[in-house]
Amino acid sequence: MSAPLAVHSGVNGAALTVLIVLFVVVTVLGFLATRFHRGDTLASLDEWGLGGRRFGTWVTWFLLGGDLYTAYTFVAVPAAMFATGAVAGFFAVPYTIILYPIVFVFMARLWSVSHRHGYITSADFVQGRYGSRSLSLAVAVTGFLATMPYIALQLVGIQAVLDVAGLGGSGNWLAKDLPLFVAFAVLAAYTYTSGLRAPAVIAFVKDVLIYLVIIVAIVYLPHKVGGWDAIFGAAKDKMATTNAATGKPTGAFIPSSQQFWAYATLGLGSALALFMYPHSITASLSAKSRNTIRRNAAILPAYSFVLGLLALLGWVAIAAKTNPVGVDGKPNAQLVIPQLFEDFFPGWFAGVAFAAVAIGALVPAAIMSIAAANTFTRNIYKEWLRPDATDAEEAKVSKLMSLLVKAFALIFVLTMDRQNAINFQLLGGIWILQTFPAVVLSLYTRWFHRRALLLGWAVGMVYGTVAAYRVASPTTHHFGGSLADIPGLGEMGYIAMTAFVLNVVVAAVVSAVLHAMHVANGTDGTEVTDYHADVDDPRVASDVP
Amino acid sequence: MSLGNDSGSVPTPGNKALLAAAGVCLAIPLVALLWVGSYAKETPRIGSIPFFFWYQFLWVIITSALTYTAHRLVIAARRPRAGSAEHAR
Repeated sequence: MSAPLAVHSGVNGAALTVLIVLFVVVTVLGFLATRFHRGDTLASLDEWGLGGRRFGTWVTWFLLGGDLYTAYTFVAVPAAMFATGAVAGFFAVPYTIILYPIVFVFMARLWSVSHRHGYITSADFVQGRYGSRSLSLAVAVTGFLATMPYIALQLVGIQAVLDVAGLGGSGNWLAKDLPLFVAFAVLAAYTYTSGLRAPAVIAFVKDVLIYLVIIVAIVYLPHKVGGWDAIFGAAKDKMATTNAATGKPTGAFIPSSQQFWAYATLGLGSALALFMYPHSITASLSAKSRNTIRRNAAILPAYSFVLGLLALLGWVAIAAKTNPVGVDGKPNAQLVIPQLFEDFFPGWFAGVAFAAVAIGALVPAAIMSIAAANTFTRNIYKEWLRPDATDAEEAKVSKLMSLLVKAFALIFVLTMDRQNAINFQLLGGIWILQTFPAVVLSLYTRWFHRRALLLGWAVGMVYGTVAAYRVASPTTHHFGGSLADIPGLGEMGYIAMTAFVLNVVVAAVVSAVLHAMHVANGTDGTEVTDYHADVDDPRVASDVP
Repeated sequence: MSLGNDSGSVPTPGNKALLAAAGVCLAIPLVALLWVGSYAKETPRIGSIPFFFWYQFLWVIITSALTYTAHRLVIAARRPRAGSAEHAR
């Protein structure tokens, strides 16, 4: 093992060269992507924002894989394993397993009804289902707010690799942040010109690199640090030590019986929430048929397997005594994977790994900014500001908005503490789950009343925000984690799930009351057959080229 | 999955037994993985890998297979049956 302290003596030339070359390659691909499955024009949201809705099984697999398994995930999951163990880190595995049966059930319905009516966002659907502008706005604003910090965190992922590669450390703010600035400017440019086709093409490169890097690492590294026995032994020892700040064990090797609820609710809550994010819906609706989505639910778990291996690399780093220290000299668990690669691999391969993370940040950042922009355009601009906007105008507004969203994320990361981005991301996960009843329950039934769904949403949002604010940790007074006491149960659980249950209960009770009072429940713009329509449906065939 | 609002005049969901079987395939992974107490233990190990970890990796593969099975079942259930009204032109 090289001496960990000597690592930051300078820039890692070989790694940096490989990183830059791969970055240039994906930039060229991003601009060429306009030609991919080309339509007649890019001047509509269907084309720019959904790639013409004609991505097949494999393109969708790469696109969704590149979209859901973000750079931040690749940095944060092993970091959580390294720092506090299996509950905070390995729950990502059951989460991304049960995700797919859930998606299988409802996403095909959302795809069908969206295709029949040209919906681009989940708020479009809610609007069509109830004719309720306020409920639709609530869904849209929640999606927009939850996505913003998520984009910012992708930048944190890029920062982590630049930091370990020796860039972005000392010197004035310009030298420090210039690489990040250039990366985002380039990303913004090709997203603007190519729309969703850019991340669809780049996702292919990203996913191949990620698979390659993780498989090489999981085969090569363990015997360098003494084998899996030594790895699990070192992790168990570390998790059993006492944390000086709390007086409790450092973390969990395997969840104890007091942590079962935490582990299960983190997994379930995250799985229910993930496909409520605008970027997940955008990538799903760009698929060309119902069955594209369902086939993908069966083949996407391949990424979950790789994510599990990556989580274990966090423990390989414990056995390897990796010392993740930033260029600023402060310890930072987020750097653990880049640091592990720099310590053990030749410079050029570390460069490939860094590129995998950096490109892995660009794909979701592009899709998220497109999705947030689509949400703004459809559900705020067109709905509230310019009802007579044409298709071309919608596309123009969305393209400009995608630039604004990215500029905002950049400013957010450059001016605020990294912890703020993480706090907001934590809140975003709690918030986005509160749109689940309005979107998914409404796919099946109109029994829930639109006003009751709005009230349930509001209760869930307030409860979740307050509960998260109250969580203290040794390092922060507020937003110290995503777990809190579940009232009346005496167990710790994921705050988003508790808020979600409250949300559904309020929506159900208030719906019953409003129905008893015969309050009208808006107009339904959809019909029963819409929910099963497929590409071979004659009515859909006329919409889909 | 057909619930709630599919009324009589609709030609969609077909064979109820096949759809129910698909539902079972999709429910099994949720039950297995949310029942954390059933797998939060170190033994039996495979090689050096504690049960808790290899068991969840195994479920990635099982779930993939079950989801694909559900997909085939739903296609079979929705296949237009002989004698039913014309499906698509």
